[in-house]
Amino acid sequence: MLISKDDRLSFEKSKPGRRGARLPKQRLLESNALDLVPPSLKRKQPLLFPELTEPEVVRHFVNLSKKNFSIDTHFYPLGSCSMKYNPKINEWVAKLEQFAWTHPMQKDETLQGTLEILYELEQCLKEVTGMDRFTLQPAAGAHGELTGMMMVHAYHASRGEQKRRKVLVPDSSHGTNPATAALVGYEVVEIKSNPRGRVDLEDLKRHCHDETACLMLTNPNTLGLFEEQILEITKLIHGCGALLYYDGANMNALLGICRPGDMGFDIVHLNLHKTFSTPHGGGGPGAGPVGVKAKLIPFLPSMHIEKKGNHYEVVRDGQKSIGRVSAFLGNVGILIRAYVYIRTLGLSGLKQVSEDAIMNANYLKEKLKRIFPVAVDEPCMHEFVLTLQKLKTKGIHSGDVGKRLLDYGFHAPTVHFPLVVDEALMIEPTETESHETLDQFADAFRKIAQEIEEDPDLILKAPHTLPIRRPDEVRAARNPILTYRDLAGKDSPETASVR
Amino acid sequence: MHYHPMTDQNRDDMLKKIGVSAFGDLLKGIPSKLRDVKMNIPEALSEWELQSRFKEIGARNATLRDHLAFLGGGSYEHFIPAAVAEITGRQEFYTAYTPYQAEASQGTLQAIFEFQSMIAELTGLDVANASHYDGATSLAEAALLALRQTDRHKILVARSVHPHYRQVLKTYLAATPFSVEEFGFDPGGVFNPDDFKKRLSDDVAGAIFQTPNFLGAVEELEGVSDQLHQMGALLILAINPIALGVLKTPGEWGADIAVGEGQPLGIPPQCGGPYVGLFATTRALMRRIPGRLAGITQDADGKRAYCLTLQAREQHIRRERAASNICTNQALCALTACAYMTLMGKEGMREVAELNLDRAYYLREKIAELEGFHVALDVPIFNEFMVQSERPWDQLEPHLAKAKIFPGIPLSAYYPELKNTLLVCATETKTRSELDRFVEVLSQC
Amino acid sequence: MKFPKELRYTKTHEWVRRNGNTMTVGITDYAQKEISDVVFAELPKLGKEGRQGKPIAVVESVKAAFDIYAPVSGKVTKINAELESNPALVNQDPYGQGWFLELEASAASEWESLMSADEYEQSLKQEKH
Repeated sequence: MLISKDDRLSFEKSKPGRRGARLPKQRLLESNALDLVPPSLKRKQPLLFPELTEPEVVRHFVNLSKKNFSIDTHFYPLGSCSMKYNPKINEWVAKLEQFAWTHPMQKDETLQGTLEILYELEQCLKEVTGMDRFTLQPAAGAHGELTGMMMVHAYHASRGEQKRRKVLVPDSSHGTNPATAALVGYEVVEIKSNPRGRVDLEDLKRHCHDETACLMLTNPNTLGLFEEQILEITKLIHGCGALLYYDGANMNALLGICRPGDMGFDIVHLNLHKTFSTPHGGGGPGAGPVGVKAKLIPFLPSMHIEKKGNHYEVVRDGQKSIGRVSAFLGNVGILIRAYVYIRTLGLSGLKQVSEDAIMNANYLKEKLKRIFPVAVDEPCMHEFVLTLQKLKTKGIHSGDVGKRLLDYGFHAPTVHFPLVVDEALMIEPTETESHETLDQFADAFRKIAQEIEEDPDLILKAPHTLPIRRPDEVRAARNPILTYRDLAGKDSPETASVR
Repeated sequence: MHYHPMTDQNRDDMLKKIGVSAFGDLLKGIPSKLRDVKMNIPEALSEWELQSRFKEIGARNATLRDHLAFLGGGSYEHFIPAAVAEITGRQEFYTAYTPYQAEASQGTLQAIFEFQSMIAELTGLDVANASHYDGATSLAEAALLALRQTDRHKILVARSVHPHYRQVLKTYLAATPFSVEEFGFDPGGVFNPDDFKKRLSDDVAGAIFQTPNFLGAVEELEGVSDQLHQMGALLILAINPIALGVLKTPGEWGADIAVGEGQPLGIPPQCGGPYVGLFATTRALMRRIPGRLAGITQDADGKRAYCLTLQAREQHIRRERAASNICTNQALCALTACAYMTLMGKEGMREVAELNLDRAYYLREKIAELEGFHVALDVPIFNEFMVQSERPWDQLEPHLAKAKIFPGIPLSAYYPELKNTLLVCATETKTRSELDRFVEVLSQC
Repeated sequence: MKFPKELRYTKTHEWVRRNGNTMTVGITDYAQKEISDVVFAELPKLGKEGRQGKPIAVVESVKAAFDIYAPVSGKVTKINAELESNPALVNQDPYGQGWFLELEASAASEWESLMSADEYEQSLKQEKH
């Protein structure tokens, strides 16, 4: 058996008295340090932590790792997530002691190497997007969005336009867009899509007025379609005094092809863990740098890096800055990885990324549309959306097909999104997958379509070959078990301490 | 390009299959005036060139390895067992996506569950989430939770809370109707209870303390939670997870929310990130937790299964009504912390905390004996403390730099009244000879 | 599906039981089936002023959250605390133990604007077409 059937927690494997790390015995004080702490400040509750040896801990986690799909083991055609290969040289550089063992409060002159990388990364991101300056502080895409919307707010406030309370988002947008706008106190207005899956210009016009703060747009949108009327959209938005925000989730389609800055976007966030190949890590850490046009520079989060001669300096920004958005300079380790990626690919390699990503998507779309219809059947950019509407009569949903794909060794595409497509499957192959992999994936789809005809239960109950079958999510949500204490029924720390 | 498998032959075949004659035909919808892109980006380097170049660039950094460093202030140098990097380096963790497909993510989900369990255990609270970006953003999210929960408008925060955290809090609240008010600290660095009490009103949603605080002092918080709860407000505590091996837990202090920076749990300082924000709270506030939560349930065969749960709070479902816009956690950093805590185990967590106390108290005593430097010996500390010099630190710095010592963080930039005062940190990584050397260099300055 | 005759209904699938000025509110059999397994009901604080047609509570399934709108305006005088530990009651007994809250109606005339069981059933049929 290759994958362990043991599903016990580390806590359940624990044996009192075992340990997995040894610390120095030497004490420098004559008395026990603990006696220096006033009793009223001491922990009384015993710490219910696992007790295991190093080999036990290592086996525990390595066996866990084998219960995961990952890029290094599987094809991940997740729409809008750009699950591309994560180059190992990125890791090699970021883990060098010279970068990993530096402290954020060191003086600038002792951090010239790191500051140089951050400075050069910013220059590259400006070139790629056509923006005038970037902040590297945001720790993730959603954090970048939040930073961007705070700047929108600060910009309008500085002009005395507090009445701009509405943020427009297309009905096909990522869930983070409305969530972010609401977090900054904005009223969210949904803009309809037209039958071709693009922003309905007439509907947009109706919502462009002196209360509009911003339009948040993903281009190509979540259907994988380029917003062809982008220049008209820009004109409308700027015409009413609002700002245009670019959600960079789909930037992998545009490297060297066109730039959000040239389209007229005022603010752009990038997901370095998507387009710029840094690992997803099972859900982070990422990095979400935000670029702006000149008029918004004063509002950027505090701190950016300037080059003076051959010297790099961290400069605190002025009065209009929205302030700090994270504790230090940002996810520096991730920023380094992204910069290494850019230097590895160079100008022509970066262009190749988007060309190959678009080719792969269109090729796969041609193969799959014979099995299930495409939501909007036009040439796509780096991703496309199928609709599995016709399976509904059989009681099969797109999520079920996604689950069955797991049995074939492929990660499920993004399912039930975008919301504008009924029974959506959103597929993004990325540029690092080969022709052969795409063919195998299409074959799996064909087989599943056949299975749906012959034995729909096989799909409805999938997956059948993974460490678990479908989890009962209703049970999980109705009676949440969120810690080992919950599981062991040790409801109060006092009772749990007695082992 | 060695990451891109598409050959010229593939390209021709694929174009044929797609039914276009050239790649450009796929881009017809893009306005032509946008297509003329000129990017100034250097051409590619080979991997050997990259390795050499980045080693060269790296050499322009001074590091915690080639210097004797006493820097803390939210990022700490701790011993990390070698097994931690081997565990987190498993590519099945490293290159996996967010565990939305539970069946294909049991490894990540179980690790998150164990992480949650250990953070809840450390903080003495009921529930912990799968983590936030860093300590500062965790703190801001905690304030937002308190404001939402109480329907009130004001947050009180101790001035002894990390200044960067307070800045992030202000940034997060700037565009909202909510306000932040600060209360001060006494000369030794502990919060001023009178100032706190004076500002406590029925408009306060919650009060934020840090312990050990930014100035190194461990706060005495007896009665604080009662005062707040009687007013209908919440107690939010920012903590250092290593300190909780021996110090009183947020749960024991009666806190409603505990937040903190998880970096000390096995994550290298790496110039400030990526780190991992800790967030724990009570059962009563469980459904308001921002961010991801893993839970235990059963699969279709009745077998134990791990899955994300209480997802209806989150942005991908509630959109504009979500509790937060957060969609990642810092999963890999949480895994790192989880591996670290599992290796340290019950005894290790207590011992490492004791060693920090031992080193910091030792160094404080030694510096106290020096002429020209002042420390407050009566303030309880964990691994950091303030050192005031009679001369400006600028004058001492050349000596220290020559001895390859990073002596600490100057506090006057954050607290103008703390002139010539340095925040000095000593963790378990420091030996007697290193501490003695620091004291010796100081004495010769 | 059942739609008791003595109740009144809204287009947004709430039901109301009237007892003088006291209005008990829940969601209809149709709504609970559409939502599927209810995992949580977020109820308002006592004393909250509901306004007709505005959100007053939230009901969650695993994959979705739905607003519950106040069918009439008024102050919240009771909430069904049972739902906290047993949200499945909404599915099992939508018109009985699965009730959400009680409102002290401020304008009794609003009751008249609500649909009868027949009208509601009729509107469901239209919605489906």
